Formats: sequence, structure tokens, C-alpha cells
Amino acid sequence: MAINLRELALKGEKLTSGHRLCAGCGASIIVRMVLNAAEQPVVVANATGCLEVATTIFPYTAWNVPWIHSAFENSAATISGVEAAYRAFKKKGKIQEDIRFISFSGDGGTYDIGLQALSGAIERGHRALFICYNNEAYMNTGIQRSGATPRGAFTTTSPAGSVIPGKPQKRKNLTEMMVANGAKYVAQASPSHWRDLMEKVRKALNTDGPSFINIYSTCPRGWRTPDNSAINMARLAVETGVWHLYEVEDGKYKINYKPAKGFKPVEEYLKVQGRFAHLLRPENAEILEEFKKDLQREWEHLLRMEEATNK
Amino acid sequence: MKVKGRKIAIEGNEAAALALKQVNPDVVAAYPITPSTEVVQKFSEYVANGEVTTEFVPVESEHSAMSACIGASAAGARVATSTASQGLALMWEMLYIASSMRLPIVMTVANRALSAPINIHGDHSDAMGARDAGWIQIFSENVQEIYDNIFQAFRIAEHPDVRLPVMVGYDGFITSHSEEILELLEDEEVKRFIGEYKPKFSLLDINNPITMGPLALFDSYFEFKVAQAYAIENSLPIIKKVGKEFGDLTGRYYDVIEKYYTDDADYIVVAMSSTCGTARVVVDELREKGEKVGLLKIRVFRPFPLEDVVDALKNAKVVGVLDRSMVPGSFAGPLYHEITSGMYHLEKRPVFQPYVYGLGGRDITTEHIKGVFEELKEIEKAGKPKGLKYIGVRE
Repeated sequence: MAINLRELALKGEKLTSGHRLCAGCGASIIVRMVLNAAEQPVVVANATGCLEVATTIFPYTAWNVPWIHSAFENSAATISGVEAAYRAFKKKGKIQEDIRFISFSGDGGTYDIGLQALSGAIERGHRALFICYNNEAYMNTGIQRSGATPRGAFTTTSPAGSVIPGKPQKRKNLTEMMVANGAKYVAQASPSHWRDLMEKVRKALNTDGPSFINIYSTCPRGWRTPDNSAINMARLAVETGVWHLYEVEDGKYKINYKPAKGFKPVEEYLKVQGRFAHLLRPENAEILEEFKKDLQREWEHLLRMEEATNK
Repeated sequence: MKVKGRKIAIEGNEAAALALKQVNPDVVAAYPITPSTEVVQKFSEYVANGEVTTEFVPVESEHSAMSACIGASAAGARVATSTASQGLALMWEMLYIASSMRLPIVMTVANRALSAPINIHGDHSDAMGARDAGWIQIFSENVQEIYDNIFQAFRIAEHPDVRLPVMVGYDGFITSHSEEILELLEDEEVKRFIGEYKPKFSLLDINNPITMGPLALFDSYFEFKVAQAYAIENSLPIIKKVGKEFGDLTGRYYDVIEKYYTDDADYIVVAMSSTCGTARVVVDELREKGEKVGLLKIRVFRPFPLEDVVDALKNAKVVGVLDRSMVPGSFAGPLYHEITSGMYHLEKRPVFQPYVYGLGGRDITTEHIKGVFEELKEIEKAGKPKGLKYIGVRE
């Protein structure tokens, strides 16, 4: 189980260079980490989105593993079918290899349009890892709000105007929905904490049942951040308590990052991103306060759950 | 060698389920919907009792049913599903993806009306909504044909030169719930007829990774679509060949159309599915009186068997085209459009009269069809058609 960097370095690239994702995009870093962590051969389904379009412009493909994309909202249903075929062949002795199944979707393809298919796939118990690479908006179509967009953030469908300063609603808590939905292994991860992320992927892939990992993914275009800031931004999200690292195994919570001296001020995270620039203006102090309360509530919930499930 | 099969009495949906049981697909992913529910229900029983080795995926929607079928088929599995009406409409997006990815999925459709108003009974609106999705569409007249068409559908879909999904339609509640005599094939005969499925590509071939469903822009998308169009066009002779082979096995021969007294007929009615049974009775009756009437049954609507249709209709004086779906805002139904535009270039062609009938399960009787033949005669005298007529509606 333990991650050995030397061994990882010897494994071949499963997502090759030359794809057309933006410089500084979190998605490709995440996919490389995920595929590198897998100990077994994998088959991947991908929802429509940045990752899908930028890695498979015909006649090229960056994927060095079997890969399928069918539509935006159904990568979970598509991988369900692939996994069912695998089970059928396994039962009939037509296939010998031990294969794992991964679905990649952005926050649009999981939090919103893909939620039904994801929920159904988890309820049915398909042995697959469902990954959300979560950059908190629909980046592929030009930065529109999603259910994952945090309160107050600027997007092109929740612009910071003179009457409404950014998205009025808080972000949906998809990770907790997946716990409630009955996924056997659920986690939140960040590429800044690569070892934690890769260990979670291994655990998920070795879980005999459906697993879900929500991975924080930076988007320089949508967040209005420099191209070279991906990992630093992801780390800042963890250190300021904007993105909590935790895992839930068979209902048992474990928080993986608890700063001894408390979280850094959230302003440190907000001030380096164009999408939150307006939140730091005095007239928007109220929204900023709500934003902080959202995070505090999520954190306190986690602490309570950890305590309650580990008694 | 013709097989004389054992006979049983069975409902249409059960016959569909029974055929699927004998095929024993690798994966069936489905979501129940009236009037096709019994197909999935019965099939679940087979799964529960170990009568099939199929992996059954009871999905949470028809959209996911087709998505899972796509995933399973892309993984190299033999795959089937079943739906109707709103369910088929919910699959719409995925139907295009299944055919564009050249996946040989077989789907039974108990054809039913579309909302609103909600109506659970039979018409062809659902299938006609899926008309342009690149699927092969076969329509079944009775319970025996549902059963027979399903076996042929697997052969056609999985043929290396076709590799396209096939929809086997039958009239909701009319055929789906009719109990009729069915001549069975033995499991071994089915196995021999459909053979083993050897997919060209599989996602589970981990040593030869493939990318399925990439992004293709203006420099390549068009070629993909044209290749797909050629594939469905080229399936026509294969559908005929499979129908003949099925006939050699069972004595029940199938072609893409069925001509009934059309060769010397002055007046021909064109129809699909169960209505053909009703029309055949009328043709028999009128023929006995010496009237030169005929019936053209369209069994395969996609690909549209234009040459066969032209050949069957070209010498008629007046043709009545019966559409069991409507196209609001147009002047006739889809079958009428298909046939008339296909025959437009002919110098000598019949006069065509469009009808829409039977929406939402409204009955079509032998009297109605007799009325149609009467009207075709009047039209001949008048020399021109009457514009779209609705059969059996209170206007």
C-alpha cells in the first residue's frame, strides 16, 4: 500500500504529454497522479469537459489506457456498463486480468448534470472509483457557475455586479452526499498533498465496491490566477480551510489535515484570485462573513463526525 | 432444413423477454416503462432464477440504461435493452452516440405515444422521434415477428460490415399485451443462428488501449458521419440475407418490405406494424370481390428500402400512406414524406394520399381501412389527393 516514489518514477506515463489542457491546469496533474497510483490496469470513462476535449482531439489521444467518453452527464453510467461487461466476462472465464475502473468528471459532471447517474451507480454498488476534479465552475464553456462554486465567487453566470456581488448561494456538499449515498470509500484530496492523494486512490481502487474522491483542481483561466500557481493555490486552499482533506471508510471519518496552529486567514487564499477580488472590498464584508461561516460549519461538521464515528 | 418448433401461447412482451433469454446477452441494462415493462420484469426473473448468465444492470433512468449499454458494448459485450415512449425520448442523446460509436446494441421498443397529454397506448411517435439517430429500425406485426426479429437483430447488428444498433419495434398494448401462438426455436438453434459475438475492439483489451468517443472537429467529424451513413445504407442487403437465412431455418422468411397483392394492384395501402394484420384481412375481402387492392408492409424503416418500395408501388394508381405518428406543422407523417420524396423523380408515379391514424392507441378497424380504399378510388376519379386526413378522429 505504501507509496514509494522511486517505484512510481519507474512507471510509464498513462496520460502522455502533448495534450492541450491549459498551462497550469490542475486536471492533468491530478489524472497523472491517479493513474500513477493505480497498481492494477485501469479502464477510464470521462465525462464531457476540459479534460475530455483537450486530451483527445482526433486523430490524437493522450490516453495510454483504454478510455471512453460518451456524454456530459453519464460517465458514471457508462463506467457501470463497462464494469458490468467485465463482471460478465470474468464469470464466464473470458477474462483473466484484474482490472479497475475509474470515472473522471468535472464538478459539472458530478455536482450538477451528472449527479443522478453518479448516485445511481453508487447505489447499485459498481466496483469503480468515481473522481470529481473540482475546479468550482464550468470552465470548459467559459467559466459558468456550478453547484460547486463557492458563495460570492465571480463566474460569467454569477458575475459580481452592482446589485448581486457574485454567486449568492453556498457550494453544495457533494462529498457528504456521497457518504450518505453509501459509497464504501469517500475522500477529499488535493494535488498539493500528493502522497495523501495517491494513498487515497490506492485505498479507493482496493475497495470492494463504489468509491468517490473529490479532488480540488485549480483553473488559472477561471480563477484568474497565474499559470505557475496550480499547486501553491491548491495548498493554500487546504491551509486556509477552504478545502478539507478527509476520508470516510465504511462510515468512519478521518480528517487528514489538522493544522496545529489553526487555519491561515482565508483572505490569503482569496486575495490572490481574480474571481474573489470584489469580496475583499468593504461593501461586500457581509458576504465575506457568510463565506467564512460556510467553511466553519463544514469544518465543525467534520470534527463532530470524526469524533462520533471513532468512539 | 426447416425447423418445426414447439408452439406456445404467449404475450408480445414475454416473447421479447423469451427471445432475449435464449440469446443470453452478456449485459442487459434497463429501466422499466409502460408498455414494455414486462420485458425487463420477465428478464429479471430469468436472472434471479439463474436461467441466464447475463449481468443485469437495473439503472436509475433510460438515459443511464443506454449509457450503460454503450459502456458494456464498448467493452465488447453482447448487449440488449428495452424501452418505450418517454424512455426512448430520454435516451435520445445517447441513441446518437451508440450508433456513431458503431455499437451493436439490440433494443426492443413497445411503441407508444409521447406526452402531453400523457398516454400509455400505442403509436409510432417514439420511434419516429428516433428516426434520424442512425439506428436500424425494424417493425414487428405480431408476437411471432417480435420473437423472430430479435434474433435477426443480433445477427444484423453484430455483422462486421454493419456494427450498428438495432431497434425492434412493436405496437404498445396492441402487440405487447396480445396473447398469440408462438412457434419456438430451441436454445441450441438460437445459439447456432446468432453465433458467438466477436467484437472488433474492446475497452477491456488492456494491452491494446483504445480511445473511444474523442473530440473530432471540422477536419474529421464529417468523415465520421459519412462512414456511419454508408454503414447503415450497406446494411440493407445484410438485413435481407439474414431474413432469408432465418427463413431457411424456420420456414418464416423475412424481407425489408412485404408485398401483399401489390403486383397488379391499382390501389395500395402502405402501413407498418400491427395495422398490417388488419389491412391484410381487408385486402383478402376486397380481392374476393374482384377489386384490385393491395397492401405494402414496411418492415424495415431505417435504412429505408427505397428501391423495394418504388418497385412495389410504381404501377399503382393511388396509394394511401398510413402514418401512426404526426408531424405538427407539416402536411403529412414521416412515412408519407419518405415514400413520396423517394418517388418524386419518377416520370410515372401513383397519386399519394396521406393519412394519420391511431394516435395514443386509437383503434383502427377493418371498416376504417375499407373506407381508405373507397377514398383511394374517389381520388383516382378526381385525379388529385385530398390533403392530410385523420382516420377515426372527432374534428
